[in-house]
Amino acid sequence: MSDVADRVKKIVVEHLGVEEDKVVENASFIDDLGADSLDTVELVMAFEEEFGIEIPDDAAETIQTFGDAVKFINDAA
Amino acid sequence: MRRVVVTGLGLVTPLASGVEETWERLLAGQSGAGKITQFDTSRVVTDYACEVKHGDGSDGTFNDDAYCDAKERRKIDDFILYGIAAADQAVKDANWTPEDEESLLRTGVMIGSGIGGLKSIEQTTLMMAEKGPRRVSPFFIPGALINLISGQVSIRYGFKGPNHAVVTACSTGAHAIGDAARLIKYGDADVMVAGGAEAAICEIGIAGFNACKALSTKRSDDPKAASRPYDADRDGFVMGEGAGVVVLEEYEHAKARGAKIYAEVAGYGLSGDAYHITAPSEDGDGGFRSMSAALKDAGLEPGAIDYINAHGTSTMADVIELAAVERLLGNAAATATMSSTKSMTGHLLGAAGAIEAIFSILAIRDQVVPPTINLDNPAVETPLDLAPNVKREREVNVALSNSFGFGGTNASVIFRKV
Repeated sequence: MSDVADRVKKIVVEHLGVEEDKVVENASFIDDLGADSLDTVELVMAFEEEFGIEIPDDAAETIQTFGDAVKFINDAA
Repeated sequence: MRRVVVTGLGLVTPLASGVEETWERLLAGQSGAGKITQFDTSRVVTDYACEVKHGDGSDGTFNDDAYCDAKERRKIDDFILYGIAAADQAVKDANWTPEDEESLLRTGVMIGSGIGGLKSIEQTTLMMAEKGPRRVSPFFIPGALINLISGQVSIRYGFKGPNHAVVTACSTGAHAIGDAARLIKYGDADVMVAGGAEAAICEIGIAGFNACKALSTKRSDDPKAASRPYDADRDGFVMGEGAGVVVLEEYEHAKARGAKIYAEVAGYGLSGDAYHITAPSEDGDGGFRSMSAALKDAGLEPGAIDYINAHGTSTMADVIELAAVERLLGNAAATATMSSTKSMTGHLLGAAGAIEAIFSILAIRDQVVPPTINLDNPAVETPLDLAPNVKREREVNVALSNSFGFGGTNASVIFRKV
């Protein structure tokens, strides 16, 4: 697993309080990992902070799963 | 008229987390004061307060994990955490965690705070100044709003009745209990979870009250001696934090389910000073009128009062309240006992009225009055017994708790043995 994926997984585990093995490629933050709409806002902020990037609101809406997040950050970096 | 009784109690105080743990230390005359540990105090005048002691739950410490997991705690200010904890203790003490829809619809929550999420506001503002507004958490607002204790508690237990929150500075806790009792009397609910919570021991909180010249400043070398109501050497209040929550219940409802009944909410009075933003009116008329209104509501004569839990903050205003009580009681002042438990807990601001209501209720339960500690050299002579330094074993059938707040907002609540 890439360094980016590891760091994203760590953030998701910390913020959503879920087991690490639940954070898989297609895991949806809301449907599978118990996040609500505010949690997802905070997750995106944490990604911005961790990777020093800016994720515009319209792009943030497309980040629904763990895989989406890793892909977006890899593309942005 | 529907009668309202108290069937559950919950406390998080600087003395201990838990009702019995706090009460035992209060009767023993212990102080919860010490040097502030929550922030670097090098820039503020007052470096001591009465803080909640965190730990694993043993020896009266407050175990954060027992009430809220780490993930949820990040989303709420400490005043909400303390409010949730005291509410959890109270509903379990009352054995009131119903699951049927009718009971849930008839149970409401009214837990207030004087200031709310001041620590969160301070920290978020500092962070925003450094990193910009895009870093402000979506949980900042719902984690700092005063009514979010009532919101959180209702979500936890499914209580769908009236959901409300009082904000009347240092009278908050007393107003919440009085107002919640009225909602039950009026028929809006059968059960109300009511009280107050506060957690304002942070740099801006201490600096703000220092600027008002309200806090004790001279006892950095001996914080436990700093809160000394009625003593000639008092020099301001000592800030406390924590929460007090009671379960109030319509009398027949409580009897029908065999609930343990601590006391009846016999009377409630409110008044405004219309005088000054921080100082009480010098003749104590506001406090006199709130106490008089509570007596009238209870249908009691002044001589019926056995115990008064004073507002008594360890400021110049102590003697104003004292004079108002003497005026109210007249000759009966010689047979009543009045103490200020703030000498031990510090001043919990919006939670003060709630924890002190609970102390008044426990005084009725155990027929004992907690002391006023550090009262070595009384500032004035009074016919009232102020229970200096030692608890009083005495008959307590009726207890009155006073709370007065900035803005000139006064509340008095009377509890009676059932």
